[in-house]
Amino acid sequence: MSQANGSVATSPAALDTQPMLDIRGLNVYYGESHILRNVDMSVQRGQMVCLIGRNGVGKTTMMKTIIGLLSPRSGSIVLEGKEITRLSPDRRAKAGIGYVPQGKDIIPRLTIRENLLLGLEALPPGSAKSQTIPDDIFELFPVLKTMLNRLGGDLSGGQQQQLAIARAMMGRPRLLVLDEPTEGIQPSIVLEIEAAVKSIIRETGISVLLVEQHLHFVRQADWYYAMQKGGIVASGPTKDLSKDVIQEFLAV
Amino acid sequence: MTAILESFFGGLSIASVLLLAALGLAIVFGLMGVINMAHGELMMLGAYTTFVVQNVLKGTPLESVYILFALVTAFIMASLLGIILERGVVRYLYGRPLETLLATWGVSLILQQLIRSISWQLATGIVLFSLLFFGTLWFFSRRGDFERFRGWFLGVMLPISAAITWFVSDLLGKTHKMPFTRPWFGTQGVDVTAPSWLRGGVPIVPGYQLPLTRLFIILLTAACLLGVYWFLNKTVWGLRIRAVTQNRNMSACLGIPTQKVDALTFAIGSGLAGVAGCAVSLLSSVSSNLGQQYLVDTFMVVVVGGVGKLIGSIAAATGIGLLNYVIAANALGPLLSFSPALTAISEFFASGPMAKVFVFALIVLFLQIRPAGLFPQKGRTVDA
Ligand SMILES: Nc1ncnc2c1ncn2[C@@H]1O[C@H](COP(=O)(O)OP(=O)(O)OP(=O)(O)O)[C@@H](O)[C@H]1O
Ligand SMILES: [Mg+2]
Repeated sequence: MSQANGSVATSPAALDTQPMLDIRGLNVYYGESHILRNVDMSVQRGQMVCLIGRNGVGKTTMMKTIIGLLSPRSGSIVLEGKEITRLSPDRRAKAGIGYVPQGKDIIPRLTIRENLLLGLEALPPGSAKSQTIPDDIFELFPVLKTMLNRLGGDLSGGQQQQLAIARAMMGRPRLLVLDEPTEGIQPSIVLEIEAAVKSIIRETGISVLLVEQHLHFVRQADWYYAMQKGGIVASGPTKDLSKDVIQEFLAV
Repeated sequence: MTAILESFFGGLSIASVLLLAALGLAIVFGLMGVINMAHGELMMLGAYTTFVVQNVLKGTPLESVYILFALVTAFIMASLLGIILERGVVRYLYGRPLETLLATWGVSLILQQLIRSISWQLATGIVLFSLLFFGTLWFFSRRGDFERFRGWFLGVMLPISAAITWFVSDLLGKTHKMPFTRPWFGTQGVDVTAPSWLRGGVPIVPGYQLPLTRLFIILLTAACLLGVYWFLNKTVWGLRIRAVTQNRNMSACLGIPTQKVDALTFAIGSGLAGVAGCAVSLLSSVSSNLGQQYLVDTFMVVVVGGVGKLIGSIAAATGIGLLNYVIAANALGPLLSFSPALTAISEFFASGPMAKVFVFALIVLFLQIRPAGLFPQKGRTVDA
């Protein structure tokens, strides 16, 4: 993969140490209410990073700002050395971000197949887009293969979540952003989704940014950030997650 | 029996015009969530385009097939105007239905006046002004620091362009006099004549001939319907349009260029209005209020049919078209002769405007029972 943008540092060493995602001094408002306060956060290459925090602290706001549904009042978002703070969501998807929103946002009156094919839109322009669904997508979630012609809106919540992740993977992202992928989903499917995310990381080596409440899933990550009232208040390797931190930041 | 068959085919041809007009409106309505009040004027543009194409081709070997060229030109002209409308006005108003409604209504009034007063003088003026103002705007906006002197630019270039335009068109008007200042179309209607092979009719039942123009319109509608169905369901851009219509934000997050999709949707919806206008020009004289005549009926079709389903529009257009025709022609009169009261009622409504009132009342009743239209969308709804 070659970077076309000339302003980007291109020596191999620089590319390797460059973080996948680097966020500096992010301030986001909803009207006049200040939601994100001076957030710094980064995701290294191949890393899985988990953002934790209680309900309503601003985790989803953070994810929406990363994909470009919200624009920050100040601060910068840099993806692989390329500034994306002012890009529209579709350009960010093409720059390599795969987004699975909290509400899943399956397009309800398109079939499963069509929903999956929409995932191809993120591929850079010019790359040959065969309108087919590769096998590795079905290996992640075999259940999808059996119902390609059903409407997205008719799936159960768990199935929609699997579809949303599969759809994001269709675009071959280099950073996968997952906003509470296990929220409101029955325990057996939670394990399936967890296994799928782990297998994605193993097979493709992409970076993952995860918002999660299930402790078991949180522990799969390499690094955590804890958020409170719109600011990052703690961070570190997940193996160091102490009981106190868990008590304080997870709704367990 | 003959009378009923006759009114069936008569109603069907009205229905097909309605459907043709509603098709484009429904597509744009699905995207904006608001009706484009200038849709009727896009039809008007299509009708006037037909008139112009006919006159341009008069006396050439292509004269007999002018209608085919007119269809294509009407589609292109209306799409272009649609794109300008979307890029210039509507796109700033997505998510604000009331403003969109008002703005497109304003555009519709402007277009009606424009078609009445357009002359060589006015046309030159518009082109000159656009070249001067938008040309320099384009030239300067490529500079990185344009945002800083934007206000200054507008304050200077707007009056300068306007003054030059006014001066030049006034000068041209004085030197060339009448042919230059006379309106092209004026306030009177203009007439399009069907090509010779479309005059006459096919006998449907003894004593009734379906005029060929109406048959042509029915076939044209069927072709457009198939074309739109194919485009929306079988092509990549069709898939993108359906996705953006249902969930704009998520579509953008997946990498769909929503601005291009908006412009394309508008182009197709408007182009179809142009085609509808071309068809309408075969039925009646063309004037600046052509759009107004059709907009309400067309809107009714979209509302009754339910958004996002072609089959709904088809059913609604057929229903409304047939009802209108049957009631206005009092075709059921003979069947009601057993009851003086019913006869009186059906005679009371047996005129164009009264039939409309009756159908309108029926629609209001119908929407009380099924507010989402004939074919409401299945599946969980999205908050878009
Ligand atoms: N559209 C909006 N308009 C105004 N305020 C909003 C909007 N969406 C969210 N907020 C506010 O922003 C804050 C952060 O919301 P956000 O959705 O980011 O929380 P969250 O951490 O994702 O919570 P949860 O764990 O429940 O998903 C909340 O206080 C919420 O009330
Ligand atoms: Mg959230």
